[in-house]
Amino acid sequence: MKKVEVIIKPFKLDDVKEALHSIGIQGMTVTEVKGFGRQKGHKEIYRGAEYLVDFLPKIKIEMVIQSSVVDQVIEKVIAAARTGTIGDGKIFVFPVDTVVRIRTGERDADAI
Amino acid sequence: MNQADNAWVLVSSALVLLMTPGLAMFYGGLTRSKNVLSTMMHSFFLMGLASIIWMFYGFSLAFAPDVLGGWLGGSKYFFLNNIGADLFPDLVDPSKTMTIPGTTFMIFQCMFAIITPALITGAFAERMKFSAFVLFMILWLTFVYSPVAHWVWGPGGWLAGMGALDFAGGTVVHINAGVAALACAIVIGKRKGYRQTPMIPHNLTLTLLGAGLLWFGWFGFNAGSALSASEGASMAFVVTHMATAAAAISWAVAEWILRGKPTTLGVASGAVAGLVAITPASGFVGPVSSVILGAVAGVLCYLAVLAKNSLGYDDALDVVGVHGVGGIWGAIATGLFASKAINAAGSDGLFFGNPGQLWIQIVAILATIVYSLVVTLIILYVVKAIVGLKVTEEDEVVGCDTSEHGETAYNI
Repeated sequence: MKKVEVIIKPFKLDDVKEALHSIGIQGMTVTEVKGFGRQKGHKEIYRGAEYLVDFLPKIKIEMVIQSSVVDQVIEKVIAAARTGTIGDGKIFVFPVDTVVRIRTGERDADAI
Repeated sequence: MNQADNAWVLVSSALVLLMTPGLAMFYGGLTRSKNVLSTMMHSFFLMGLASIIWMFYGFSLAFAPDVLGGWLGGSKYFFLNNIGADLFPDLVDPSKTMTIPGTTFMIFQCMFAIITPALITGAFAERMKFSAFVLFMILWLTFVYSPVAHWVWGPGGWLAGMGALDFAGGTVVHINAGVAALACAIVIGKRKGYRQTPMIPHNLTLTLLGAGLLWFGWFGFNAGSALSASEGASMAFVVTHMATAAAAISWAVAEWILRGKPTTLGVASGAVAGLVAITPASGFVGPVSSVILGAVAGVLCYLAVLAKNSLGYDDALDVVGVHGVGGIWGAIATGLFASKAINAAGSDGLFFGNPGQLWIQIVAILATIVYSLVVTLIILYVVKAIVGLKVTEEDEVVGCDTSEHGETAYNI
């Protein structure tokens, strides 16, 4: 099992969600986050005073999936979230030890 | 008593009162979210404090018969003695013949005594101790506002005697508050992290609504200052509106040209700058003059606010740039654009063949600047010695809402 964490541009959320849905991914957790990478921040001006706003709004999607579909998920996310400009985001994949469904106590593959 | 006049001035009094919560919103939106309540509290608390001071002795120091050679009113109206249903005696300004009771005039002026100190609070927002604020305001209303109001409007006031034109309070209210704000910003010092960390306005929608309420209430401020439901009030109403319209546009266009984008904060600030600048002129100038006056005010105040960034003092919400500079421009512009064709009891300005008026205006401006600066500085050092001015560094980081009032504005 793997946990996939995806950071994307906010306006791509619907596209990414649809793409993941189409390959049978059943659940995900979405968070509005702020951060920066190479894109850096942007400039805001209030009454002539300039501020560099470092942190840009992004969307973080987290999901736990079977190891066998990791490549497919990565491929789908890239296809859906890519604009080709700086700031498109990143995908992180981590190993997962255990998954438990609280309602039934099922574990691992049954609980995903 | 003229009942129409009385009704108009009473309505105007309520309009002017509404400017103060409007100002609280205007300022509150510009602060960071941890300081919005403490900033709005300054204005709201003054609606209480200034009113009580005004009733007991402030009104008398400003408007009672002179006791100090044109510098201060006496004790005739202490506790509102001798103020009642009788018509208030005529003021020096010959364009204002009294047809309203003393009570009406007193409560109208009371609202001015609330908004003026409230304007200053933008300079020390986000860092002043509340106890210091209260003590400062008691002293400032007593030793700065009341005397200066007496000079300009009071019976026997020396600036009024010289023929200085100030229809609704350009010197008394705006230059006075702007200069006091400068003194406060310098003596209290900068906010922690000023110019190093972003201090971004936390809610500009609140600021825009506040600016709208100021614009609305200002009709009472300026047109109400005619003290009658007269043709003069109508013209003051019109020029107030047109100057403000021009200034809102000119500020936004200036920043569009200089910085690439017109901003909502720009139109809101421009509107306030226009309102400030037209205040002393509102009873004396015509509509075309008012548009020129307002358009210049928008650009001038924007440039003044830009200049602050290189001068180094932390006037948090730009009281100096908007009220100080806008007020000075308005007082000068009154000496340029005033016309007897608009107000026969006023004077002509430079552009209407009377260069002498400009000189009188400049004397009034300089006198207000020097007096307000010196006495405000003295008051600040007195308050500093008694209770201290600034919250501790830790309290400043936590925010004045929590440290001074034990509240937070937004709880989810």
